[in-house]
Amino acid sequence: MAETIFFNALREATDEEMARDPRVLVMGEDVGHYGGSYKVTKDLYKKYGDLRLLDTPIAENSFTGMAVGAAMTGLRPIVEGMNMGFLLLAFNQISNNAGMLRYTSGGNFTIPMVIRGPGGVGRQLGAEHSQRLEAYFQAVPGLKIVACSTPYNAKGLLKSAIRDNNPVLFFEHVLLYNLKEDLPDEEYLLPLDKAEMVRSGEDITILTYSRMRHHVMQAVKTLEKEGIDPEVIDLISLKPLDMATIAASVRKTHRVLIVEECMKTGGIAAELTAQIIEQCFDDLDAPPVRLSSQDIPTPYNGILENLTIVQPAQIVEATKKLLDNRI
Amino acid sequence: MVQERVLPATPTTRATVTREEGLMLYEDMVLGRLFEDKCAEMYYRGKMFGFVHLYNGQEAVSTGVIRALRRDANDYVASTYRDHVHALSAGVPAREVMSELFGKVTGCSKGRGGSMHLFSEPHRLLGGYAFVSEGIPVATGVAFQSKYRREAMNDPSSDGVTVCFFGDGAANNGQFFECLNMAALWKLPVIYVIENNKWAIGMAHERATSVPEIYKKGPAFGMPGVEVDGMDVLAVRGVAQEAIARARAGEGPTVIEALTYRFRGHSLADPDELRAKEEKEVWSKRDPITRLADHLLGEGLVKAEELKEIDRRIQEHVNDAVKFALDSPEPDPKDLYKYIFAED
Repeated sequence: MAETIFFNALREATDEEMARDPRVLVMGEDVGHYGGSYKVTKDLYKKYGDLRLLDTPIAENSFTGMAVGAAMTGLRPIVEGMNMGFLLLAFNQISNNAGMLRYTSGGNFTIPMVIRGPGGVGRQLGAEHSQRLEAYFQAVPGLKIVACSTPYNAKGLLKSAIRDNNPVLFFEHVLLYNLKEDLPDEEYLLPLDKAEMVRSGEDITILTYSRMRHHVMQAVKTLEKEGIDPEVIDLISLKPLDMATIAASVRKTHRVLIVEECMKTGGIAAELTAQIIEQCFDDLDAPPVRLSSQDIPTPYNGILENLTIVQPAQIVEATKKLLDNRI
Repeated sequence: MVQERVLPATPTTRATVTREEGLMLYEDMVLGRLFEDKCAEMYYRGKMFGFVHLYNGQEAVSTGVIRALRRDANDYVASTYRDHVHALSAGVPAREVMSELFGKVTGCSKGRGGSMHLFSEPHRLLGGYAFVSEGIPVATGVAFQSKYRREAMNDPSSDGVTVCFFGDGAANNGQFFECLNMAALWKLPVIYVIENNKWAIGMAHERATSVPEIYKKGPAFGMPGVEVDGMDVLAVRGVAQEAIARARAGEGPTVIEALTYRFRGHSLADPDELRAKEEKEVWSKRDPITRLADHLLGEGLVKAEELKEIDRRIQEHVNDAVKFALDSPEPDPKDLYKYIFAED
């Protein structure tokens, strides 16, 4: 076991996969000589050269489209969004070509590519750099969407995403890059389509992902002291949702709280709620509750920003309220 | 009426062709023309649907460029929504193209794509890209792939050239300029062929473009830009051969602006009311098929009866494609979700 910082876990995953498969390359803004804006690719260009760590001009839609072309013809590109928000400029290539082209082409081409980078609300970065794009992309057919949350799952999931033969949108979180965790010395991969049981419990199912997992776990400390036993599940796969794991938990606890950082309208929790109601209605003792960010552009001011995203105290309060009406 | 741009009169790179090459080019252009005429007929008879953009008039560009590529190796072609004839020139069987237009499962995109989304991996047709300009980055990435295999994977056989077709309208989009920059920066083996047919649906090129000579934008990014008479297949073939040789030799990309004209409206749904009658007449006199025929006859390379025989044979070939498409099955409804993911 070696203590590994989050961004290095991602770097190790990239390095290992690049060493394993010469078709794997990284492209994006400042991924080469600069080492990536969060140092995920630091010094890899020294080992693999400028073509495999391709520093691109600031032209998101075009370099994302280039990655699609490279993937169609057998390479396995990883596109780094310096900030995932910038990929709004590449929405067409991600949607029409990465997501839909395999289907539209009747299976002529496959698109094995990963689009990864920091998403989420940081610390006072302002609206454009504090986006929650997972909700925007979830309707695109053909995309897999994954959100990592710990150094351990970041490494295992990124390796699997690189080996997957489909386009994978891989969300990291700007405030998690400095988390540390002991990682196994031996190689491991984690499945892209399985939720992670973070804490097994009996009273309520709390579904969350990315940085909100850590807010949830802060809340859980308080809830434990009050004798509440929540089950916490990290979704990991935002598309498709691991409904088997989720439904099994709902059958056990009969209550659901969803905690997310994306906006409430059309968010991941909105889709999740719909699927839970469709598939688990008879197991529910109360309507599922959503705690989402406010439906506003993320404000710069620190006080307003904290009001925009979900805080641990709100999670405690919402959990207790859901349990108050226990039969 | 807008002043007609003077076509380059004395192209220095006009290809000289043998009898066999001449017949090959003629046959390819006739296939494009008769295929599209048949599409119009089938569309009006209710056999194909959606937007159908025909290529009539522009055949010299498809034939001149694509038939200068290697068909059996790693060269690639990217097209637009006006892609039927590019697909045919690239070797996709007429039966598969027609079937796709009929939405049949025997179509080159299994009935999932339609007129604007023809794909064929076996023929290295990267697709019809229906949003204007979006194929340019994809083609640029495929050219990058060729270079990557050669230089980062030490595969000397990776000497493929990618040709990317698009129109004058696309050349005002940012993806064009972004990709010119990257292709020149990395000396990618890609050729950007602009089929300047003067009209982006109803927007005249001069009304949309501050510098209407698109070929001049190549040198601005550090690559050659060539203007060519897009109604002269031998002129197109000549500049294409030169650009392909440069790309294959690792000398980087080229912009080719082919001045051409579509003999029909933007699509079969376009009433085509804006283009002046006089303009259409000027260009219809430059019909690229007649022009090649006249050349081949004038040089004594072929006899008129031989060309007529080709016309007859190709018409039969196109009729056979229609019969094949009509007789082909629809996709199986249980396969609605097939091809979403790689494992499907």
